[in-house]
Amino acid sequence: MEAQVTEKEILTTQHEEHHHHDEPFLTKYLFSQDHKMIGKQFLITGTFMAFVGMIMSLLFRVQLAWPGEGFAVLNFFLGDKWAPEGVLDPNMYLALVTIHGTIMVFFLLTAGLSGTFANLLIPLQIGARDMASGLLNMLSYWFFFVSSAIMLFSLYVESGPAAAGWTVYPPLSALPQAVPGSGLGMTLWLVSMSLFIVSSLLGGLNYIVTIINLRTKGMKMTRLPLSIWALFVTAILGVLSFPVLFAAALLLIFDRTFGTSFYLSDIYIAGEALDATGGSPLLFQHLFWFLGHPEVYIILLPALGITSEVIATNSRKPIFGYRAMVGSILAIGFLSFIVWGHHMFITGMNPFVGAVFTFTTLLIAIPSAVKAFNYITTLWKGNIRFTPAMMFAIAMVSTFITGGLTGIILADAALDINLHDTYFVVAHFHIVMGLSAVLAMFAGVYHWFPKLFGTLLNKRLGYIHFWLTFLSAYGVFFPQHFQGLAGVPRRYYSYTEYPMFADFADLSVFITIAAIIGGIAQVIFAYNFIYSAFRGQKSPQNPWGSNTLEWTTPIEHIHGNWPGELPTVHRWAYDYSKPGKDQDFVPQTVPLEEGEIDGESGH
Amino acid sequence: MGLLVSIVVVLGIITFAQLIKVFEVTKSLKGGDDHIVTDKENRNQATLMFGYLFVFFAFCIWTYVKYGQFMLPEAASVHGEKIDTLLGFNFLIIILAFIITHILLFYFAFKYQRRVGGKADFITHNNKLELVWTTFPAIVLAVIIIYGISTWNEITRSEPENALTVELYAKQFDWTARFPGEDGKLGEANYRLISGTNPMGLITDNSLEEKLAELNEKKAELDAKLLDAVPDGKIAEDTQEEIWRVENHINKLIAFQKEADNRGAGYISGFDDKPVKVEFHLPVDEPIKFQIRAQDVIHSAYMPHFRAQMNAVPGMVTSFYFTPNKTTEEMRLITKNPEFDYLLYCNKICGAAHYNMQMKIVVESREKYEAWLDQQPVFYAEGLERLLEEELNKKQEVLASKK
Repeated sequence: MEAQVTEKEILTTQHEEHHHHDEPFLTKYLFSQDHKMIGKQFLITGTFMAFVGMIMSLLFRVQLAWPGEGFAVLNFFLGDKWAPEGVLDPNMYLALVTIHGTIMVFFLLTAGLSGTFANLLIPLQIGARDMASGLLNMLSYWFFFVSSAIMLFSLYVESGPAAAGWTVYPPLSALPQAVPGSGLGMTLWLVSMSLFIVSSLLGGLNYIVTIINLRTKGMKMTRLPLSIWALFVTAILGVLSFPVLFAAALLLIFDRTFGTSFYLSDIYIAGEALDATGGSPLLFQHLFWFLGHPEVYIILLPALGITSEVIATNSRKPIFGYRAMVGSILAIGFLSFIVWGHHMFITGMNPFVGAVFTFTTLLIAIPSAVKAFNYITTLWKGNIRFTPAMMFAIAMVSTFITGGLTGIILADAALDINLHDTYFVVAHFHIVMGLSAVLAMFAGVYHWFPKLFGTLLNKRLGYIHFWLTFLSAYGVFFPQHFQGLAGVPRRYYSYTEYPMFADFADLSVFITIAAIIGGIAQVIFAYNFIYSAFRGQKSPQNPWGSNTLEWTTPIEHIHGNWPGELPTVHRWAYDYSKPGKDQDFVPQTVPLEEGEIDGESGH
Repeated sequence: MGLLVSIVVVLGIITFAQLIKVFEVTKSLKGGDDHIVTDKENRNQATLMFGYLFVFFAFCIWTYVKYGQFMLPEAASVHGEKIDTLLGFNFLIIILAFIITHILLFYFAFKYQRRVGGKADFITHNNKLELVWTTFPAIVLAVIIIYGISTWNEITRSEPENALTVELYAKQFDWTARFPGEDGKLGEANYRLISGTNPMGLITDNSLEEKLAELNEKKAELDAKLLDAVPDGKIAEDTQEEIWRVENHINKLIAFQKEADNRGAGYISGFDDKPVKVEFHLPVDEPIKFQIRAQDVIHSAYMPHFRAQMNAVPGMVTSFYFTPNKTTEEMRLITKNPEFDYLLYCNKICGAAHYNMQMKIVVESREKYEAWLDQQPVFYAEGLERLLEEELNKKQEVLASKK
């Protein structure tokens, strides 16, 4: 303990000496080791990737709404090879679906979300000068950057980008004979994802170490804001599960390049019987989903953490059931490791195993329900201020519930038989994971924009952005439940070959138009973001009347975050509207009065 | 339609430009305090939030009325009816939970909007309440779990012995259904035997020999090519590599032949199998076991009207068994659609033409099914004739020896 304190003191003095220097551009903006700058880098790169992923989804939505019709816009983006006369090529359709999924799941909602908010919030909310290792943190970003660049580069190779779906199941992903995207495009996908995993591990280890070791005086684990709890468990999930994806990717690289047969067996393709025997495609699926399912919570937990902060702050009320919230984060984190088989009910896995996974999967509904109830009850008897961030957070609770409930259907192995790989699944995971996480990310950006750029996002544009986004979000995904219940499969280039799907022709048009409106809304956001970052209104130090530590730092970014000593924490993060106080918030740095009880039992 | 999109895009751009203008103007007028939500704004947004609840519910109902009718018709199999009941039960619960939580969420947001001079209640937790809403979902889920798993176990238990076995064989990009011949057994297959005349790689002594002959011929050709090629050149190298591949293939086949011979001649039962394409028939009210295989990549045999789906995995034989209980004719009456057909289609991404990999299924009476099956050609008619001849000869020999 002694040693730790002295170390911190040394750091403090060092920082005081340093922070008046003007740093050169290279180390200030590019190879920065400052967590706030790295957070911004993650946010901007992730958002850029998200726009790429979004444009892709609009391109294939155009094909789904008007199959086989020529559109100049498709030709403009994809050229004569992939959209001759403006008609999307089926192979390119699969590639767009694949890269859209990869970018959204990994580059936006894993790196973009965790990378941004873990970097920004962890040191600021626990009262640390910076991350435990600035160097690892910087490397984490640059691995992510290179990984993004390679993924984007793969769009330009002649045989097209990876096209086996974002889950890249072999043999499809292993054999270039099966689909052109499994040539060089798939190689680049694997290289990109390997670097991504490195980035994720460097970041995750750093987050864990920082949260455990660098909490300021008085910041007990039980006083951590829920955002930090969520990011902490997220990092643990990532560190435990991403290496398994790496193993899966590595074996796939071996199968593709060195003639091994981990995943390949008894295949006859393109007029030739391959020599591979004894491998199992199911092995890949087990490895992939051993990451893949925790991955869902790697995306969702930070989103839930952000939502907790935003809802409590803007309801001016303590988060309801803090301990239950922490407990459910831990429970969800634990359970997420023993449910991966629910992606594989109909793959030929032993039915008994299916029954086990049905059981474990449905258990997750309990902590999830607790979280939803706690959010709703936090609103109850609150004094709610409708900032754009708050509205996104409320919308997130709605999508979390809607998408979570359809999860109960899909978790049931017997029901999954008929719904597996249909639009019902598409609707389910886009709502519960995609929308919830994106809405929470918006909530986080609106809420912490002052901590990122020192300015505020414009409120009115924020409202317009919110309403267009929220309306189009359900407009796109809610009707897809009905398509799924009609047995419409996902990843189909066109539905015109089946008379029974003709009933949904006008619905496809409706969905595409809703998606285009949603896309336009994001342009408004991008404008607001760029405009406000440079010319936005300067933020006061604590614009939302918040309790957490980040709002005690100066609005101008400085190295080491706090100009003098590190703050001391005296209470939990949720003393909003505490009786007997002048203000409706009590920052964590305010000492307890005599006889005042801290935390959940403080009433 | 293209016009419609262009209109939407143009309108979008115009709206956006106008918004920016309004935004710039109001900003210069008011100076804008972006961190302060005025009372008026708060009221407006709270009201909009509450309004959203109704818009959202109305939208849900509208989509249900308009598109709910296109959901799958009632199940056409025995287990499918159980699945439908389970689905209905689960939907009842989740729709109820959906409505209640959404009303509370949006109503509370509206009701507890910021009041002038108001203050929130300092409520941190409530053990009793939390116990209730942890236990209650736990009990409901226990019911869902037990009901769900017992249905799953019923569906996946093994088929009765008298079940008709039909093979579904997937490749890029079509299906083949294979019916057993007179012997009631499906012949075995080996992917190394696949050739132009034997697309499913069925094992018969004849197909083995044919494939070996084909490979030896190919090897001879390659050997000749190697002799002609410039030594150590690229062509020579490539040819040599191909020769090794073919030799390897031949050796594997010979090894397989030996092993199969040791096992006895059971493998020849593939002679009289009947592979069919495009459309297959099934007898109604009889248990059917589908054995599912794939040639190249993973496919998925999806027959939604029967509530049946199972992946086709290269290197593995998977299976799914069910009993269809409504003929195509009956289903046409139920759906009031004279053109209704049962379909099998691929539901696992498998390449460019994944979206069009279908087969029609006709469910009919036993008599009609048999009549249809009789018309289907057997896989290897000559082999069957030879087999019958051999058996005839054997019988004659037996008879002769008795004499």
